[in-house]
Amino acid sequence: MGVKKTNSAKVLNDSLYMSLLEKMLLIRIFEERAAQMYGLRKIGGFCHLYIGEEAVATGSIAAIDLKKDYVVTAYRDHGHALACGMDPKVLMAELFGKITGCSHGKGGSMHFFDTEKHFLGGNGIVGAQIPVATGVAFSQHYKETGGVTLVYFGDGAIHQGAFHESLNMAKIWNLPIVYICENNQWGMGTFWKKVSAVEDFYKMGAAYDIPGMQADGMDVLDVYEKTAKAVDIAKNGQPVLLEARTYRYKGHSMSDPAKYRTREELEAYKKQDPIGRLKTLMEEKNLIDDKAFDALHKKLKKIVDAAVEFAEKSEEPAIHTIYEDIYADKEAIWQL
Amino acid sequence: MAVISYREALNQAIDEEMARDENVFILGEEVGEYNGAYKVSRGLLAKYGEKRVIDTPIAELGFTGIGIGAAIAGLRPIVEWMTHNFAILAMDQVINNAAKMRHMSGGQIKVPIVFRGPNGPAEYLSSQHSQSLAAFWMHVPGLKVVAPATPYDAKGLLKSAIRDDDPVVMLEAELMYSWEGEVPEEEYLIPIGKADIKRQGKDVTLITYSKPLRTVLSVADKLAERGIDAEVIDLRSLRPLDTDTIFASVRKTHRAVVVDEAWPMGSPASFVAYAISRECFDELDAQVEIVTSEDVPMPYNHRLELAVQPSEEKISDAVAKVLYME
Repeated sequence: MGVKKTNSAKVLNDSLYMSLLEKMLLIRIFEERAAQMYGLRKIGGFCHLYIGEEAVATGSIAAIDLKKDYVVTAYRDHGHALACGMDPKVLMAELFGKITGCSHGKGGSMHFFDTEKHFLGGNGIVGAQIPVATGVAFSQHYKETGGVTLVYFGDGAIHQGAFHESLNMAKIWNLPIVYICENNQWGMGTFWKKVSAVEDFYKMGAAYDIPGMQADGMDVLDVYEKTAKAVDIAKNGQPVLLEARTYRYKGHSMSDPAKYRTREELEAYKKQDPIGRLKTLMEEKNLIDDKAFDALHKKLKKIVDAAVEFAEKSEEPAIHTIYEDIYADKEAIWQL
Repeated sequence: MAVISYREALNQAIDEEMARDENVFILGEEVGEYNGAYKVSRGLLAKYGEKRVIDTPIAELGFTGIGIGAAIAGLRPIVEWMTHNFAILAMDQVINNAAKMRHMSGGQIKVPIVFRGPNGPAEYLSSQHSQSLAAFWMHVPGLKVVAPATPYDAKGLLKSAIRDDDPVVMLEAELMYSWEGEVPEEEYLIPIGKADIKRQGKDVTLITYSKPLRTVLSVADKLAERGIDAEVIDLRSLRPLDTDTIFASVRKTHRAVVVDEAWPMGSPASFVAYAISRECFDELDAQVEIVTSEDVPMPYNHRLELAVQPSEEKISDAVAKVLYME
């Protein structure tokens, strides 16, 4: 693992360090198993892995209160779902398309949901989750719940009209929302600088008089602190745009060999690995050693193993379920 | 019974439901200060304030999606589209989010929202502002679609749509807003998915929805003068579709003509005709005819635009055909 030190200034308590490390490592192991299961054809379709980007979902979601706050994201959603506390079993089962999955095998990789944990998807159309999340924040504002919404999208989605329309309305209506651009630098196979008029996405908020912030998306503590600041601002009715510079180690999806970038580029980012950086910091603080880290890894691997076993053993959805979960009442479906 | 306009009926429905449930609110272009592009929301801003009557920027995709987000987080939005023509910009949100979120979440999420505004041919507006897009919504599982043709049906169906836990698209019509009809003082609801027999008859079934209803009823009166007793079914809802009422009527009359101002290919009319042909095949005395708009974009010239749409003459000709009167 990497050794680059974090520049975090804020003092964080020891248990938070440990929970951040545990969450990121769980996501990493879960995603590696998902890739393996995809190779074995247990998982099909589009499968967008979060490996390399763990610090963004983990750090930001740790900074909110999911009793009243909400999370909305796009199709690279495994990490956010786990960071929100969803059970790896129901997630793996969903990837396997089983009835025990969070969406009963109807959503798959791109559509994880858990309304109780305030995780509202899981959206497969680039940028389409941004207005929806803005509406969730609208509801929080309308009902005066005191909650905020975090919405995630990539460097590709930021050029959609949906993003720009949403920021304008969030500003004029004072909505409690933090727009988090996970800039992993590659919109599928297109380098972000090639298709963007600006090189710092956080500046894009300026057009709507929305403050912009930038975080090191490979540093979970920096993401945590910047999100906490952004959330404080957003709670007072001022939407914020937070850009997290990050990097995905894998291709856009499982079918992408990522030939558009160099090995050197990938290796450079692996040297700043978010898990390795936090581990190094914790070692310096005597919060963890190799033995404890290995024990943690083992514990999490067991959890993921159990998730795979659960998914494997779960039933396929019955055919009649195709007519369920479409309307509040089934009768609305056309059948002669 | 009071006689009020279609727009007043819609206004009453929104007003009553906003008074009944504080989670109901309306947003869209010009709904507040301007009192609605077609005055449907007249007086609501003064009564309920800016929190619940919200003027949006011209950003159909954005405010439609915001309505959907508000709906999944506990509110009951009414999204007014200035016209369905502009809703094309919002189709991704309606089709991919509103219609699919319950399904993709395995039933965890509900999307109680109403999308409404004028649809269909108007006058002198050329091709971008004068077209029926009913088929686009009717096509999508997960949506409900209503298209009332009278003030009474408009009020009762809009109230039901606002209370419904699924997304409902409502098709109104610019030219219908001033049409008048009887609406009772006391509260009532009309269930979504129930057609209404607007005229009883035994010789032929004429099926339609929305604005062409007037033309169809007028044709039925003229047919009566010639001794032909037509039954007129107003679908009122396109999805769910009340096939029980349609089939029962066709089994009685053995003949059917479907009138629809949408284009012919992939239209509500062609689907209804298919359903009748399949289910009532043995009882039909003639093949089912459809009368739709011509398969062309709408021209500006008035003579031409009338020629594009279903007319009394076209409907009469179709009736003559199914009765073998040619």
